Amino acid sequence: MTRPPRRRATRTLAAAALTLLMLLPLVPLAIQAFARGWRFPDLLPRDATLAGWQAALAPRSGLAEALFTTLTVALAVTALAILIGTPAGRALGMHRFRGRAAVYLLILAPLMVPGIAVALGLHDILIRAGLTNTLTGVVLAHLVPAVPYMVLVMAATFARLDPDLEDQARSLGATRWQTLRHVTLPAIRPGLIAGALFVFLVSWGQYLLTLLIGGGRVITLPLLLNAFAGSGRNDIAGAIAIVTILPGLLIVIFTARAVTGAHAAIAGGR
Amino acid sequence: MTLHLEALTHRHPGGPATPDGITLTVAQGRLTALLGPSGCGKTTTLRLIAGLMPPTGGDIRIDGTSILPLPPERRGTVLAFQQGLLFPHMTVAENVGFGLRMRGLPTGDIAARVDRMLAMVDLSGAGPRRPDQLSGGQQQRVALARALVTTPRVLLLDEPLSNLDPSLRDDMRDLIRSTQGSLGITTLMVTHDRQDAVTLAARVALMLDGRIAQEGTARDLYRHPASRAVATFFGGRNFIAGTAAGGLFHSPLGPLRLPHGTPDGPGTLTFRPESVRIGPGENPIAATLAALDYQGTASVLHLNAGGQPFEAALPPDSVTHLSPGDSVTLHLPPDSLWVLPP
Repeated sequence: MTRPPRRRATRTLAAAALTLLMLLPLVPLAIQAFARGWRFPDLLPRDATLAGWQAALAPRSGLAEALFTTLTVALAVTALAILIGTPAGRALGMHRFRGRAAVYLLILAPLMVPGIAVALGLHDILIRAGLTNTLTGVVLAHLVPAVPYMVLVMAATFARLDPDLEDQARSLGATRWQTLRHVTLPAIRPGLIAGALFVFLVSWGQYLLTLLIGGGRVITLPLLLNAFAGSGRNDIAGAIAIVTILPGLLIVIFTARAVTGAHAAIAGGR
Repeated sequence: MTLHLEALTHRHPGGPATPDGITLTVAQGRLTALLGPSGCGKTTTLRLIAGLMPPTGGDIRIDGTSILPLPPERRGTVLAFQQGLLFPHMTVAENVGFGLRMRGLPTGDIAARVDRMLAMVDLSGAGPRRPDQLSGGQQQRVALARALVTTPRVLLLDEPLSNLDPSLRDDMRDLIRSTQGSLGITTLMVTHDRQDAVTLAARVALMLDGRIAQEGTARDLYRHPASRAVATFFGGRNFIAGTAAGGLFHSPLGPLRLPHGTPDGPGTLTFRPESVRIGPGENPIAATLAALDYQGTASVLHLNAGGQPFEAALPPDSVTHLSPGDSVTLHLPPDSLWVLPP
């Protein structure tokens, strides 16, 4: 398994570049969160302080509530997206039917149309339904950009699933439910995790839809962050930004291994 | 357990019916082969019996009771798919024990029965391994063990030998024969390979275009085909038009004595190329050799007698002195002749 040194060097370089690209924008944030009086010509802040964190973590900042709201919305969106996206992905991935391409296009549509257009249209509909300014309304709105990801990931997952595998299980004596639990779910698990991850993060970072549909009543982290960033308190904004970024980063780190590892297991002989 | 198919039909929307009204009985403990070219509806028949597709007509009975209302898991039938289809996320032992687990058997019983079954397919000790660590032949044996471990009322095998190397086929063939025999499980095996059908199965049902063309022992199908299509499927090459009268068949080959009981009337004479004997004897034929193909275990002679071409397959050593254009004396034992409807 020894690689030629040049290829190894290229790989290291690429890895470093990628890491830098991902981490670089976060560096000023991290500095800001601990800085006092970091003004324009200075390369680094004059003094380090925890004042930003103290303010951010104080009950008055609303950080705890925003964190809780964001988490609630993201989990609800993820759960609903799984419930909608899994059967839809199954239909698209496993069956050939008339109009399949059109269905794909419709599913992709929310991702192709500018977000603001979707948001304004949704706002109109949810006002009529009386769901604006509510958590439910925000969850429903988040589903619009979230569900396409889930459907696409699950369609790809089901496309790789041998349809005979479930029939084999049934014929060996498994009920419909046992087949789902013991055969189908383990087989689609990597896709399910990857899709859920996407969807969770789409909801977690959603700003425009939350602002418009929540009408300022539903405050999630991105909204709170925006409020503090606009008020000129860069240290508090930095602290909140880190709180906002951290869960996503942790989820990616912990599930990436599970997803890729499980993929290898399912891919089997290849 | 006796499996009985009654006018079983599956009509694809807008397509032909395959199977198209097949009636077939597999007797208790027997292994019957459902033989036919690909696309004739063999695999669909197995899926219908296993309950994985609903038939559009007909009935499926086990010991006289229709199993059509039952879902797949309660039919007592197990279909072993062609590709083996082991569950990739389970170990070999978990795969074999799958059916027993789904039935809620105690863990200890499952382990004991799995061990016994793995020993039976000569894979003792492979239990903790993953399917992708096994060779194709081993996977196929695990699939067989997984199907047999629940002692199904009817075992359905879909091309169990088709994915194997020639050297492994013989082993697997012996294994199926011995396990099926010792467990006495009523078995219907689908195959497109007439050699597999003939060597494994007590009875063979030949399926052509969705219908059972003929059902019987392998010998019946070889020697007494019901139609020209059956004879052709089994490698028949000689079809000679003529008339049977008074125990003789009159054709360009000259009068040939027929087996006793052959009815009179116009018909098509058929005989297997390997039934032709060289040299003088009963039913002699004076023929001209047109061409000679050496095929290893036999030499195929392309012959002509009275303007009627026909073929003979003879031991290569017996024809080394012949070359195209030679006159050859041959004879056809009456028992090897068979007259088809015209």
